[in-house]
Amino acid sequence: MITESPNRALALPALIIAALASLVICPFVGMEPIPVTVLSDSGAVDGALRTVFWQIRVPRTCIGFLAGAGLAACGMAFQAMFRNALATPFTLGVAGGASLGAALYVRFGLSFALLGISGVSIFAFLGALGSISLVYGLTRLRHGFSTAALLLAGIAVNLFFSSLIMLIQYTSNYAHSFRIMRWLMGGLEIMGYERVFQLMPLVGISILVLYAVTHELNLMTVGEELAISRGVDVRRTKGILFIATSICVGGIVAVCGPIGFIGLMAPHICRLLVGGGHRRLLPATCLFGGLFLIICDTLARTAIAPAEIPVGVITSVLGGPFFVWLLVRTPAGGLNIALR
Amino acid sequence: MSEAALQVRGLSYSINGVAILRNISFSVAAGSYVSIVGPNGAGKTTLLKCLNRILNGTADEVQIEGKALADYAQAELAKVMGYVPQGGTDQVPFLAYEFVMMGRYPHLSPFTSPTATDHAAVLQALETAGAADLAGRQCATLSGGERQKILVAAALAQEAGIFLLDEPTTFLDPHHQDDVLRLLTRLNKDCGATIVSVTHDINAAVLSSDDVIALRDGQVVFQGPPEALTSGTVLADLFDQEFHFVEHPVNGKRLIVPLAVR
Repeated sequence: MITESPNRALALPALIIAALASLVICPFVGMEPIPVTVLSDSGAVDGALRTVFWQIRVPRTCIGFLAGAGLAACGMAFQAMFRNALATPFTLGVAGGASLGAALYVRFGLSFALLGISGVSIFAFLGALGSISLVYGLTRLRHGFSTAALLLAGIAVNLFFSSLIMLIQYTSNYAHSFRIMRWLMGGLEIMGYERVFQLMPLVGISILVLYAVTHELNLMTVGEELAISRGVDVRRTKGILFIATSICVGGIVAVCGPIGFIGLMAPHICRLLVGGGHRRLLPATCLFGGLFLIICDTLARTAIAPAEIPVGVITSVLGGPFFVWLLVRTPAGGLNIALR
Repeated sequence: MSEAALQVRGLSYSINGVAILRNISFSVAAGSYVSIVGPNGAGKTTLLKCLNRILNGTADEVQIEGKALADYAQAELAKVMGYVPQGGTDQVPFLAYEFVMMGRYPHLSPFTSPTATDHAAVLQALETAGAADLAGRQCATLSGGERQKILVAAALAQEAGIFLLDEPTTFLDPHHQDDVLRLLTRLNKDCGATIVSVTHDINAAVLSSDDVIALRDGQVVFQGPPEALTSGTVLADLFDQEFHFVEHPVNGKRLIVPLAVR
């Protein structure tokens, strides 16, 4: 057996502790700090504050953690699958599709719900699935299922959807236009646990599926041909990854809007922390993604209180420079997903 | 020795209507060492890739250890046939040990970590490949010769009986070439592995193989013992070039020497 550097072995437990800590602490932090006594039934904290804590802050922290973990895990899967540092659910057009769906819903002033799921969620979800099918179909049409073709198709679809969203926004009235813009910035404003329970199975199942194919992800990072020669059914694995990630991203984008940068950044940072092996990279990435998003959201809630900054703005503002710093300080090849 | 490890009949492969392999037929006896030679672009690499389904050719019949290629699940195929690709591991973000462990893929189950058996197989493979001291190194930092050893070790960890190798000695200095060739010979003689090796090194093919297959323009133009390759006009026809021959001082085999260009 190879003994690895103690830093790598410690990283995962450290991440678990940090994630638990932030899950516990973040709900108490906000425009109105809430004392720990809110947890007891003694009535030391007044009812309104108690409601803020249990009906707003706690579910919001939960949904933030779920969304962050799911987006990060999908980013990791796409980077491995396409051996490309820039492959994320967003570069592949999923977010564009989901956003288009939501924009359409708002533009036409629709208001309905199906089986308890809000209409905007359904529209965004359909948009995400639609764009993935479109990207998949485009690549199958001509080039088989090659990585370059898929990325190109994803970018093309994303651009196309972006312009459609702009068109929709341009032709909307002022209120609709603002709602669409706000949604596109990403946010975690929810109340109660309904959305949490909607999202949990989608994200949970997807991450479980990813965990089942970590051996395959390792081999696909090394190269498709080598993966095949080692016995990976690459076509089947790609199909599984495609469905799992589209369910996950579709669900998240529907609830929270397209929150950028987490799917790109979390896997890269975690690769430096725990190495490239996906058996450990996946849990690390999920923990980091969840942790990162709830911390960003806490900042979003407090930075310019009483107003809130959309959390998508925070992730990008923090994530962008951090990523540049990472790129600069890492020796060539250190980010380790081969760009082809 | 009688049973064929590989039996290929009428294998063809084309990309966008351009035929790369045309009606290839040959067989490889179990436990033999076969070299595939031929000019650049003859289809040697494509042939290997068609044998392990990286590429899907059309054929009347391809049998691996007596079973039709189409009837293998990919992981099953990996248990009988290992592949050592051309080129390097320079972009592999793993330790050499982790990389070799990936050779265990067909033996692993989805949710479990590698078992003691897997670790033992990896250590054994590294030992056999003479790469035990490289285990803790990052793949990206390995030299060409070291990379080749790790690639061979990974294929060994698969515990397959057939090895397909794509130019295993290209880009290696003479010392490392010898290392790799000796390793392959040892696998062949001591472990009974069937070796199918694509090479540009005619002399290495002559010295190490039981049998040589020559490809040109996607067709098999020669299959026979190495002695037959270096007699007559086989090589001259294959490469459109005259060769000079000398006798090996130890075993008397006919080898080629470079033409005196000045």
